[in-house]
Amino acid sequence: MEYYQFLIIIIFSPLVNGLIKTFKAEMQGRKGPGVLQSYYDLLRLFKKDMVVSTVTSWIFKAAPYIVYASMVAAAMIVPVITTASAFDVMGDIIALIALFALARFFMALAGLDAGTAFGGEGSSREMTVAILVEPMMMLALFTAAIAAGSTNIARIAGAQGIAYSPSHLLALAAFIVAIIAETGRVPVDNPDTHLELTMIHEGMILEYSGKYLALMEWAHSIKQMVLFTLAVDVFIPFGMAHAAGGLGMAAASGMYAIKMLSMCVLMAAVESTRAKVRFFQLPSILGGAFVLAFLSLVTHIMMGK
Amino acid sequence: MGAVIALVPAGKTRTTSYLFSLFGALSFLAIGIYLTVAPSVTYQALSVSSVFEFSFRGDALAGFFMITISLVTFAVSIYSIGFTRTFRHAGLMGFFYNTLILSLYAVVLSANIFTFLISWETMAIASYFLVTFERNEKAARAGLFYAVMTHIGTAFIIALFFILYRYTGRMDFEGMKAGLSGIPVSVRSIIFIFSVIGFGTKSGIIPLHTWIPRAYAVVPSNIAAIMSGLMVKMGIYGLIRICMDVMGQGPEWWGIALICVGAVSAILGILYSLIENEVKLFLAYSSVENIGIILLGVGAAMMFKSNGFYALSSLALTAALFHVLNHALFKSVLFLGAGSVITSMGRSNMETMGGLLKRMPYTGFFFLVGSLSICALPPLNGFVSEWLTYQSLLLGFQVPSVTAKIVSPLGGAALALTGALAAAGFVKAFGISFLGMPRSAQAREAKETSITMILGMALLAVPCLLFGIFPATAISLLASAVYGVTGASTLVYQQGVLGIPQTSATLSPVAILITMAVMLLAALLFIRIVGGQRKIVYADSWDCGIRGLTSRMQYTATAFTKPLRIIYKRIYLPSRDLKVSYLIKPFFVKSIRYGGEITPFFDRYVYEPVTRFIQIVAGNVKLLQSGSLQLYLGYILITLIVLLIFGT
Repeated sequence: MEYYQFLIIIIFSPLVNGLIKTFKAEMQGRKGPGVLQSYYDLLRLFKKDMVVSTVTSWIFKAAPYIVYASMVAAAMIVPVITTASAFDVMGDIIALIALFALARFFMALAGLDAGTAFGGEGSSREMTVAILVEPMMMLALFTAAIAAGSTNIARIAGAQGIAYSPSHLLALAAFIVAIIAETGRVPVDNPDTHLELTMIHEGMILEYSGKYLALMEWAHSIKQMVLFTLAVDVFIPFGMAHAAGGLGMAAASGMYAIKMLSMCVLMAAVESTRAKVRFFQLPSILGGAFVLAFLSLVTHIMMGK
Repeated sequence: MGAVIALVPAGKTRTTSYLFSLFGALSFLAIGIYLTVAPSVTYQALSVSSVFEFSFRGDALAGFFMITISLVTFAVSIYSIGFTRTFRHAGLMGFFYNTLILSLYAVVLSANIFTFLISWETMAIASYFLVTFERNEKAARAGLFYAVMTHIGTAFIIALFFILYRYTGRMDFEGMKAGLSGIPVSVRSIIFIFSVIGFGTKSGIIPLHTWIPRAYAVVPSNIAAIMSGLMVKMGIYGLIRICMDVMGQGPEWWGIALICVGAVSAILGILYSLIENEVKLFLAYSSVENIGIILLGVGAAMMFKSNGFYALSSLALTAALFHVLNHALFKSVLFLGAGSVITSMGRSNMETMGGLLKRMPYTGFFFLVGSLSICALPPLNGFVSEWLTYQSLLLGFQVPSVTAKIVSPLGGAALALTGALAAAGFVKAFGISFLGMPRSAQAREAKETSITMILGMALLAVPCLLFGIFPATAISLLASAVYGVTGASTLVYQQGVLGIPQTSATLSPVAILITMAVMLLAALLFIRIVGGQRKIVYADSWDCGIRGLTSRMQYTATAFTKPLRIIYKRIYLPSRDLKVSYLIKPFFVKSIRYGGEITPFFDRYVYEPVTRFIQIVAGNVKLLQSGSLQLYLGYILITLIVLLIFGT
C-alpha cells in the first residue's frame, strides 16, 4: 500500500474539487452540480480536438505535461495514509515547494506564450501572489520542521508528540491562508469566473483547450489535494498509520477521508463567507499570515513547543 | 605550473588569444582536479626579498575555484571566437581577457600578501580596461566609478593584511595561521569587518553594489559572463580564505552578521533586478542576489564553526561553494544568451524583443536552462545548492543562542522570498524576450548566431543539468576544500540520494526526474486510451472579437512587474510622470505620455551625499594650493615652527 498511496491523490483529486463545489452550493442555497462533475469535465476535455494559437512556441505544448508531471511527483512525496512512505526518499518539504514552483514557472510562461493580454496579466498576478505566499508558507512549514528536527514529511508526521502546541496552531493558521492563495480561491482568486479583471489562474490557462486544458485542470486539483494532505500530515497527523498493511491502514484511510471532508467544508465555508478582495489588498492579508508564521516560530523557540 | 605560459597574454590576433585561453583552461582544470585529491603544493616563483616574493600555494580550496574558473572560461572562450568577430580591436580585447583570467587563477593560488595584492590589482586593472573597452562617455564614467569602488575595496584589504602582518609577523597565509594566537578577539573582529567591506565591494554586496549595474551595462557580454560568473566570486574566495581558513573562527556574531548581510543583498538585489528591462542590467542585479545566497551559506558555516558544530559548518560551506560553482555556470550561460540576442538584434531592452524562441531556438533553450537553474527549480543545479542552503539554515536551531535560532530560519524565509522573486523576474525575462510576438522589426528579423556561440552556451548549460541530476559529481570536487576549512564532512551520497544525517532529510534529483518522466508517459498513455487520437487546429490567439491582435497589445515587461512596483513602493520609491494633452478637455485625448522610474536609493541617499562632501572638502583644500611660491614657502615655515614647538 505504501507504494500506491499517491494514487489516492491522483484519482480522488477531482472528487475533492467536486465536493467543494457541492458544499459551496449547499451553503449558498443553490443546487450544485453532482460531486462527479469534475470527472465528466475531464473526460469531455480529453475527447475534444484542440485549438492552439499560431503565436505559441513549444513551451505552450510542453507546459501542461511539465505541470502535470511535477504535481504527480509532488503527490508521491507526501505521505497520504501511512508514514511508512515509499517515495519520500526522493525529496522533502523544500523539494515539494520547489516542484510547485517549477509547475508555476511553466504555467506562467505558457500564459505569456500566446501573446495576449489576459495571459500576461494572469502570469504577472500569479507570480506576484507567489512572492507573497511562498516565504510565509515556508516559514510555517519551517516551524513544524524545526520542532520535528527534520524536513522529511513522514518524519514530521511521525513526530506526533510535538503537534497541537500553540506554535503549531499559529503555523496551521498561516498555512491555511497559504492553501487558499495557492489553490486560487476566494478571497485571493475566484475559481468560478472567467471575468478578465479578476482572474489569475484562469487567465494563464485561457488559451488552453482539449487535453492540454484537462491536464492543467487535473494538475491543479492534484496540487490542491497535495496541499490539503500536507496540511493534515504536518499539523494534524492524528490517526495516520505508522506501518504498512493490516487494520491500521483501514482506520487510517477512514481518518484521512474525514480530514479531507473537513478541509473541503472549510474551503467551501471560506469561499461562501468571504468576498474576493482587491488585488492590492492581498499584501495585507498575506502579510498578516506571514506575521502569524513568524509568531509561531518565535513561540516555538521561546516556549520550546 | 607550466600552464601559466599558455595564458601569457598573447594578443596578436583574435582567435589565437582565445585558443590560448582554451588550452590554459584545460591545463588549469587538470591542476585544479589534481589539487582536490592531492596534498597541497607550494611553488616559489620569484623571490627578491622576504617581502617581495612571488609565491603560490595550491590547496583543495584553490583547486575547487580553479575548476570553476576553468569550466567557465573554456566555454566563454569558445563563445568569444564567434562573438567578437565584428569587434574593433578584438585582439586587444583578447589580451585583456586573458590577463583577467590569468589574474583570477593567480588570486586563488596566491600564498602570501604580496602575490595576492599584485594579482588582485591585475584583476582590477584588466577588468577596468574591459569595462572601458567601448570607448564612449558612458563606458568611461562606468570605468571611473568601478575603478574608485574597487580601490576603496582594495584599501580595506591592504589594511587588513597590515593588521594581520602586524600581529603575526608573517607575510604568507600559512605562517599567519601559525601565529594566530597573538591576535586579540577585538582585532580579529576588525579584520572580519574589513574583509567584509573589502571583499564585499568586489562581490557587490548591498550597499557596495553600485558599480555592478554601471559596469555591466557597458561591458561586452562575454566579459560580463567572466566578471559576474567568476570575478565577483573572488570576493567570496577572499572572505573564506581570510575569515574561515587563516583566522579559523571568530565569535558567533560574525556568522549572524553575514547571514543578515546575505539576506539583505539577496532580497534587495533581486528586487532591483526584476524591474530592470535591460537584459544585462537585469542579470547584473541578479548577481547581487546570488552573492547574497552564497553569503547565507558562508554565514551559516561561520556561525556553526564558532559554536563547534563542525559537521554542520561543513554542510553550510558545501552549500555555499556549490552555489559558487552553480552561479558561475548559469549566470555565464545567461550572459552569453543575452549577448547572442544583443548581437542578433542590436538592441538590449526586453520591451523590443519577443518571439525570439522561434527565431533563435538554441539560444532560447540555453537561456531557459539558465533561468530554470537560477530560479532553483528541480532538477537543475541551482535547486540542489539552494536546498543545501535551506537545510543548513534550518539546522541553525541546534545553535544554543536565541539570536541564531531566530535569524537562521528567517534567513530561510528570505531565501524563499528571493526564490519567488527570482522566478517572477526570470518568467519576465524569458517570457517577454523569447515568447509571444516580436515587439520590433529587429526582433522579427533576428537570426540564430554562429556555431561557436551556440557551442559555448551548450558547454555551460549541460553541466547545469548534470550537476543538478548528479550533484555528487560536483560535491566530490569541493568536498576536500570543505574538509580543509571546517575539518569535517557530513553529506552522505549513495544510490543517487543525497542525505543529511543530522535531519534525516534526503533529496534525489535523479528519482524526481525519473518519476516525472514515468508519470508523464503513464499520463500520455491514459489520455490516448481515454481520449483517442485528437487533432490540433491552429488559429489566432483569442482576441475577444477584435480582428487581429498586434504585438503592442501584449503584456509588456514594465506591466509585468507593475504589481511589485506598487507592493514594494517603500523600497522602489517610484515616481511617475503623466502628461495628457487634450483636443477638447476632458473628453478627447490627443496624446498621453507616461514615464515612470524608480529611485536608485543607495545612489541618491548614500553615494551622492558622500561624493558631495568629498567635493566640498576637496574644494576647500584647493584654496591652500594657490600656486604661489611665496605661499608654499610660508607653509614650510609654519610647519617648521609647529614642529619645533611640539617636537621638543
